[in-house]
Amino acid sequence: MAVPVPAVELRGISKAFPGVVANAGIDFTVLKGEIHTLLGENGAGKSTLMNILYGLYSPDAGDILIDGRRVELKSPSDAIANRIGMIHQHFMLVPPLTVCENVALGMKDQSPVNLNLMRVERGIRELSAKYGLNVDPRAKVWQLSVGAQQRVEIIKALYRGADVLIMDEPTAVLTPQEVEELFVVLKELARQGCAIIFISHKLWEVLRISDRITVLRNGRKVSTVATADATKDALARMMVGREVLLQYDRPPAAPNRVILDIRDLEAADDKGLPALRGLSLQVRAGEVVGLAGVDGNGQRELAETIVGLRRSTAGRISLEGKDVTGLRPRDFVRLGVAHIPEDRHRTGLILDFCVADNMVLNTFDSPPFTARGFIRPEQIRAFAERLVAEFDVRCPSVATESRNLSGGNQQKVVLAREIVRRPRLLIAAQPTRGLDVGATEYVQKRLIAAREAGGAVLLISTDLDEILAVSDRVVVIYEGRVMGEFVPGEADFAEIGLMMAGSPRETPGRSAAV
Amino acid sequence: MKLFKWRNLEIERRDQAVTNLFTVLAPVIAIVLSFAVGAVIIALAGANPLVAYSYLAYGAFGTPRMLAETAVRTVPLLLAGLGLALAYRCGAISIGAEGQMVMGGIFAAVVGIYLNAPAWLLLPLTILAGFAGGALWGAIPGLLKAKLGVSEIINTIMLNYIAIYLMAYLLDIPMREPPGYFPQSAPLQVGARLPVILSGTRLHAGFLLALAMAGLVYLIMFRLPLGFRIRAVGFNPHAARYAGINVERNIILAMLLSGGLAGLAGVGEVAGVHYRLLAGFSSQYGFDAIAVALLGKLHPTGVILSAAFFGALRVGANMMQRSVQVPAAVVFVIQGLAVLFVLGNEFLRRHIVRLVLPARGAGQAAGTAKGVG
Amino acid sequence: MDWELLLSYSFLVGLLSATIRMAAPLLLAGLGGVFTARVGIVNIAMEGTMLVGAFTAFWGAHLTGNPLWGALFGIAGGVLIGLLLGFISVTVRANQVVGGTAINIFALGITSFLMNVVFGIGVRPSAVTSFRAVPIPYLEDIPLLGPMLFNHISLVYLSLLLVPVVWYVIYRTPIGLSMRAVGEHPRAADTLGVKVGKVRYAACLVAGAFGGLAGAFLSIGQLSVFMENITAGRGYIAVAAVTFGKWNPFGVLGSALLFGAAEGFQLRLQSAGVRIPYQFLLMLPYVLTMVALAGLVGRATPPAAMGKPYAKEGGR
Repeated sequence: MAVPVPAVELRGISKAFPGVVANAGIDFTVLKGEIHTLLGENGAGKSTLMNILYGLYSPDAGDILIDGRRVELKSPSDAIANRIGMIHQHFMLVPPLTVCENVALGMKDQSPVNLNLMRVERGIRELSAKYGLNVDPRAKVWQLSVGAQQRVEIIKALYRGADVLIMDEPTAVLTPQEVEELFVVLKELARQGCAIIFISHKLWEVLRISDRITVLRNGRKVSTVATADATKDALARMMVGREVLLQYDRPPAAPNRVILDIRDLEAADDKGLPALRGLSLQVRAGEVVGLAGVDGNGQRELAETIVGLRRSTAGRISLEGKDVTGLRPRDFVRLGVAHIPEDRHRTGLILDFCVADNMVLNTFDSPPFTARGFIRPEQIRAFAERLVAEFDVRCPSVATESRNLSGGNQQKVVLAREIVRRPRLLIAAQPTRGLDVGATEYVQKRLIAAREAGGAVLLISTDLDEILAVSDRVVVIYEGRVMGEFVPGEADFAEIGLMMAGSPRETPGRSAAV
Repeated sequence: MKLFKWRNLEIERRDQAVTNLFTVLAPVIAIVLSFAVGAVIIALAGANPLVAYSYLAYGAFGTPRMLAETAVRTVPLLLAGLGLALAYRCGAISIGAEGQMVMGGIFAAVVGIYLNAPAWLLLPLTILAGFAGGALWGAIPGLLKAKLGVSEIINTIMLNYIAIYLMAYLLDIPMREPPGYFPQSAPLQVGARLPVILSGTRLHAGFLLALAMAGLVYLIMFRLPLGFRIRAVGFNPHAARYAGINVERNIILAMLLSGGLAGLAGVGEVAGVHYRLLAGFSSQYGFDAIAVALLGKLHPTGVILSAAFFGALRVGANMMQRSVQVPAAVVFVIQGLAVLFVLGNEFLRRHIVRLVLPARGAGQAAGTAKGVG
Repeated sequence: MDWELLLSYSFLVGLLSATIRMAAPLLLAGLGGVFTARVGIVNIAMEGTMLVGAFTAFWGAHLTGNPLWGALFGIAGGVLIGLLLGFISVTVRANQVVGGTAINIFALGITSFLMNVVFGIGVRPSAVTSFRAVPIPYLEDIPLLGPMLFNHISLVYLSLLLVPVVWYVIYRTPIGLSMRAVGEHPRAADTLGVKVGKVRYAACLVAGAFGGLAGAFLSIGQLSVFMENITAGRGYIAVAAVTFGKWNPFGVLGSALLFGAAEGFQLRLQSAGVRIPYQFLLMLPYVLTMVALAGLVGRATPPAAMGKPYAKEGGR
């Protein structure tokens, strides 16, 4: 094998944001022709490091060397000029424009008075052929599938001459088939000399695709290992920094009566495409049911349909035997259904409201917060102060704008608001996304406590560790259908992985396909 | 992070927006600044700004009669400004107060001129009709925004002109006062007029109505569940929807109330000042009210103050023009600048503006002047 | 009503010619508005831009005695307002509607003020040399089409010629592509090295130039006077024309012609002494715009980033 040549070297990179040190003295080298994974949990500093390499952030300290030369990357243009390309997790494509136009956007070598799309189209076709990146150059981007859009992103980078590709969690949005196709492309790119930086927190795919792995934790580099020498357990330990907690200690579940009963539910997503396709699910009082699955398989639509935010097109939802299909969100609050939405900034909180107002966001117009038609601020304040103490929300006062709280404390506000009502049914969607370890553990324990208080809890999460740690029973969702269910500790990972990838669990009386 | 650097001027983004006394006083500072710029403009035009401003102040506040006139001008600005504050709080960017005012005036005039009703009922019905006219004109864009997602910005502008042409038609043919030399209606029945509350002046009961409405809007905004909903929808409609608030209904309601209040502004002019429907009676109050609402920080107390300020400017400007030949239009310059400076203050809340003076020789340190805030 | 009059050749020619004449300033302002709309800026300030352009053009023509110089002054005045709009919406990242409204109030004040200062309070300034119709040889003799299209002032021809030019710039040049991208997904454009702020500033300045020229059209093209609030809402109409024309130069041409036709028809009827409720005719474009907007929903959507300031890092 040839002598390894570094494509990019990062030396001692540090970057702090208000309140957080995102990167602390990180060294990182990626070689030409290698696929190098940056592994780490949410908030470990992977994205910050790569945004620095792509010129989106400027580092507080440290050097960037490309082909051995020290460079200063002040903007993405500088990064592009240094042949670095980045494929963001949320695609940076302009939906109403064509593939050609998206590729041509921002190109420096064009005549200012003539956008030569024919030339761009030829270039796209050449790249398509060279690397097996199949895409129609004249299609509008919004018409393309997610996998095709990702190929456009890769073409966009290659068209600009990139030979260092940063892929930020590229598989999060893909179907298993699309992941396979992507891996073929990445291997081919590496074979032809590209350096690929692959960001992920999914162990199995990391082990499959990379040549080397660098693990980050809390903004620091833990280690760089060759994939051949790495094991799943060792990586997980480095990533988390402790043995992965499999289950919390708690009394065994004592599920009794069925609280939530969903039968053959169908609903459409925001684009009108089917998101739920005949989903059936039961949650009993006193149990946590974990809904596992890759992002975008109907989880959000399911949560929204259960609490009346989305219309179902078929099927039935009942709450303790009573048909509640088609009721409005308001009715569900009254019926004792609580909902921790997946995006606390967008849907969980009103960031411009103070903590106290957010604590009563769905109860402000009922007693004691409204009496004889008037809002009672003093009641709201007293209530909020009680919750702030009980849930250990760190804030200067309940009159503080929620915007000024840390993510963990914001989530505690949502949690407190929903749990304090002692709901019959609690739907928690990605309740710990983006939280630090301490806050995560706190939230998870509260979910278990809610179940011990006799509530039915439906935990929707894309984090399998979380699902396994908290749930009494796990249901796997794939493309709006239930693929099967299992009890944590009784199923092996391969089987769970298969279900999450869309192959239904073997059931008696039905022979396995393979 | 440096955003901008040009010669000695640097602009940096603050880590966290500042909130302190300064931001509360931002409108006051903006007004002071706009007067300062206004002074420069007046001086450039060859007049003494101090003299001009003293006539401006005298014209607005100098005698009880002038003070009353200021109050008369304050009424429409206050009512329409309160309405806009309510709409803006709900996230609906209405520019429609002018048209809603016109509709309020039309409805009030129709009832006040033609309705045969007992005297004690006529005035309340006139007022209600005006409210309804404005509310209708507010509800239409509200409905279109809530149900179809059409931008209220364009629709409110369109409705302004539709209302103005509707009035032009009414004053051209069906409602024109014989013999028809002027585009104006017959006078309102005496019972439909807002009584003068300070004899010897034009100050009418609409002033009390406007103050009462300020109190009512305060109640709605901060003491009723409706206001909680409206503010929630305005800040974050997604979270509001998740919390079980009916976003569509509240947008429509806020726009309806907003239009109704602007309609009352029309009532004030038609039934309290002109006693008839008159082409151009709304005299751009509806557009000024946008600035009034913003300068008042969308708070009823602030709106009262800024409406009074704008009213005083309008009245004082005439005196200034008569006495020192400084064109009255300068007050529009001051008004526009005041709003621009309020926006600029928001900028200073989020940024540090620094003038880095080059060090000249040894011992002279680089001086930095921080932007206020 | 006198139907024979309405169908007569001379009436028709007058109407069509007036339509073009009334449409031209709207078209100019609307084409400018296409730029700002495409980059995601709500350009309520078009009203103030036109007003300032109308005044500076008049002033320029007054000083130089040459309408061409006047037009350049008008453009310069409009560019200044465009710069202000850019500062408010890009640098300050303020609410563009509020900022635009403030600009309009300011423009109304400053133009009236300067008018009074330059020409004296209450004095109606004497007419300045304004643009004269330039009939195009041979073409003007074509029946109907000739007087309709080829007997106008140069600004009319210019505005019509600018339609394909603007179309080309927006759809066939790199800067146009950048503009469309910035209005739809500024962050995506940013990651490709497109300077979002600069593109938006550029659009504001171009819109200012177009708006200023449209204003010049009003003061030294259609008439040769300036009076307080001479635009009387035409800037707002231009904003509507941009929306009605689906942010496309040819669409804007269509909507400007429609709006111009309503106004032209009304003028012709009035000058012919026909007494009908022409106000409804004038109302029509506004009603149509509302209907069109309501009907467009879900089919043609405005640029996605419309009205949203862009913050590079994080977005606090």
